[in-house]
Amino acid sequence: MSFTTFGEFLAMGGHGLYVWLCYGVGFAVLAGNYVSARHARRYTLRVLAQRQRREAIRQSEVNRRESESEA
Amino acid sequence: MNWTFFHKLGSPRWFYDLATRWQPWLLAASLLLLGTGVFWGLVFAPADYQQGNSFRIIYLHVPTAILAQSCYLMMAVAGLVGLVWRMKMADIFIAAAAPVGASVTFLALFTGAVWGKPTWGTWWVWDARLTAMLVLLFLYMGLIALRSALEDKDLVAKASAILVLVGSVNIPIIKYSVEWWNTLHQPATFKLTEKPAMPPEMWIPLLIMVIGIYCYFAVLIFMRMRTEILERERRTRWVQKLVDAQEPGAGR
Repeated sequence: MSFTTFGEFLAMGGHGLYVWLCYGVGFAVLAGNYVSARHARRYTLRVLAQRQRREAIRQSEVNRRESESEA
Repeated sequence: MNWTFFHKLGSPRWFYDLATRWQPWLLAASLLLLGTGVFWGLVFAPADYQQGNSFRIIYLHVPTAILAQSCYLMMAVAGLVGLVWRMKMADIFIAAAAPVGASVTFLALFTGAVWGKPTWGTWWVWDARLTAMLVLLFLYMGLIALRSALEDKDLVAKASAILVLVGSVNIPIIKYSVEWWNTLHQPATFKLTEKPAMPPEMWIPLLIMVIGIYCYFAVLIFMRMRTEILERERRTRWVQKLVDAQEPGAGR
């Protein structure tokens, strides 16, 4: 281990600001990528499910009308 | 040569199933590798004798910089495949890779700038390496803008493939800029032909980070490609079945 105390670890020999800024932004960007990919996937699934439900309703409506006109 | 793999790769459904199966393992591997790499790099790796502890930024800077360039190269290969063989999956890959590539390019530039301040005394210099890397970010952003500006999917695929291929001349410029021109930037840390100049306790965590970020990249790409496939194949029976079978709120 190259630090003896936690305070030393945070200070990074006076370069703490630079090191932690990098790792903070790095974590935010990498995690943000996951969140946005997941969000896009959920959004698409929701939209497709909605579209399919609408399509199913429309189709049953068409079927109903057809059977009515036959009768 | 056996082309079965290539043909299967061209099938969105086959790829979707493969990606779904691999994704959780890749995520586990990337979290393990990145966690180990960050911990090792921040806590256990010795401080650099010249740069002190600011050198620990390397564990983020080098992996993102490598990925930024190789992601672009992968897109260029996909672009070529898409143009020559009209493979649907090629453009799906480009669609998924562009935003991820742009964000790691940003990270490479950002961590580089923050590292430059205590090391070179400046956030930014207009030297070849840094400028070429900035051009790479603009190429990624241009690609994203181009894709969102056009409606017709075929046209989008063709235009992005051409843009990516033309832009790929920038990659050797980035790679060799530190050898061709005078620069503040230090030469490559990893070379295929030589041992790294640093001691193993410094470069092993770096190697772990590089592998980890590739795994993480694969996770993101798989997720995005799967979404893209669902959208494009929404009229096929298998996608409709899959959407029907989804629990509300699910979507891993």
